[in-house]
Amino acid sequence: MNSLDFSIVVQAWPYLWSGLLFSLSLTAAAFLVGMFLGTLFALVQHFELRILSQLVRSYVALMRSIPLILVLFWFFFLVPIVLGHLSGNGRPVPVGATYTAFITFGLFEAAYYSEIIRVGLRAVNKGQFEACQALALSTFDTYRHVVLPQVFRVASPIILSQTIILFQDTSLVYVLSLTDLLGAASKLAQLNGRLVEMYLAVAVVYLMIGCAASQFVASLRRKYAIAGARR
Amino acid sequence: MFTVLLEKTVDGQRYIDWLVSGLGWTLALAFFGWWIAFAIGVVVGIGRTVQNPFLRALARLYVEIFRNIPVLVQMFLWYFVLPELLPTTMGDWIKQIPPPWGTFLPALWCLGLYTAARIAEQVRAGIEALPRGQDEAAAALGLSGYLAYRHIILPQALRLIVPSLTSEVMGIYKNTSVALTIGVMELTAQARQISDATFQTFAAFGAATLIYLALALIAYQTMMLIDKAVRIPGTAPGREAGGSDFDAVKLESPVPNGMEVVK
Repeated sequence: MNSLDFSIVVQAWPYLWSGLLFSLSLTAAAFLVGMFLGTLFALVQHFELRILSQLVRSYVALMRSIPLILVLFWFFFLVPIVLGHLSGNGRPVPVGATYTAFITFGLFEAAYYSEIIRVGLRAVNKGQFEACQALALSTFDTYRHVVLPQVFRVASPIILSQTIILFQDTSLVYVLSLTDLLGAASKLAQLNGRLVEMYLAVAVVYLMIGCAASQFVASLRRKYAIAGARR
Repeated sequence: MFTVLLEKTVDGQRYIDWLVSGLGWTLALAFFGWWIAFAIGVVVGIGRTVQNPFLRALARLYVEIFRNIPVLVQMFLWYFVLPELLPTTMGDWIKQIPPPWGTFLPALWCLGLYTAARIAEQVRAGIEALPRGQDEAAAALGLSGYLAYRHIILPQALRLIVPSLTSEVMGIYKNTSVALTIGVMELTAQARQISDATFQTFAAFGAATLIYLALALIAYQTMMLIDKAVRIPGTAPGREAGGSDFDAVKLESPVPNGMEVVK
């Protein structure tokens, strides 16, 4: 057993920090895209739009059934081809691993968020819809101002737990050789051979962020429930 | 599209044999990992609910550590870091475990301990969902803590959480793919190897995707059957007409806040 030397981690900190920033921005982007698409997907299923809702259901079931790593490989392969077709000349467009990761996580997370929102939509009291009708709100206004705000509020602890898992899952971009927090540590570890210190440091950083975030979610769960609503 | 899978590889097998061997490792990891996870998860989950504050804190520590570090990082900790931290002779012995097992065992152990933390939370939720009266009745009958858990609390709590455990089963078989990062040649790794060797990426990944889908269906149906077989008579049944709606069961499980989603 060699003696551990954590000063190496301090030296490496700027690089690790830039990796962490990448992990966080990937999380944030996937959260925004995932929530937007996820809400759309959930609404499509909620309104039972004919063919579209079948498509969305299959998409969600598929994404939830295969490992994220396989999805990353799929997108790494497919995105250039699809973009090539979209741009018209049919030739694959090289987009690089970074964009692939952003696209993949956004589309992948949409499947998970849409399930949460779909269940949330089912939980909204029927009286709310009837009240909106009585107020002559249009369908759009009903969902925009009455239904969706309640869904987001009730589901917020679950949405946030899902986002914590998303943050942890961004470490899987390692398989695309990207420089996220883990990727940065692993690249340095291969250079300086101090992989024990590097991986332990990364584990501690993830642990601290994860614990802080889940504490926050737990306090939210207690405080933020709609008064009087059964949860 | 899949005919390429029947072609011969450089080592004289067919590509489909690679996939089958990958599937074997995936199943082995998921199956044995599940039992490790279940055993530890039940113990830790009980630990979360006992009176003793020291045991409770210990169980909480376990859950926080194993749930908040990404499974990929844990994989690296078990595979790269652990042998270095152990005494030299022991570390060297671990590093010399012959090829398939040298990576398989750390991966198995890692998946088991990671999933155990998640199962522990489900077990705790199940125990806490029971009416206090069950505890009190057990105490009134003069049952010791051990006997109360063994005969009153666990039999009910475990049956209650079968629907929520479905998502953990789905979680562990999907997480087996993380083992490819330390070199276990499981299904996803084999699919990529075939794609690299033949450039038939559609066929390779498509076949793997279909296999994972089949596994998901089997896992889901099995858990539904188990739930049906062990459900406590008189408790609300999960929605059975859910169709391909994988999570209807989990999301409507009788356990409050059991709605966490797993990948």
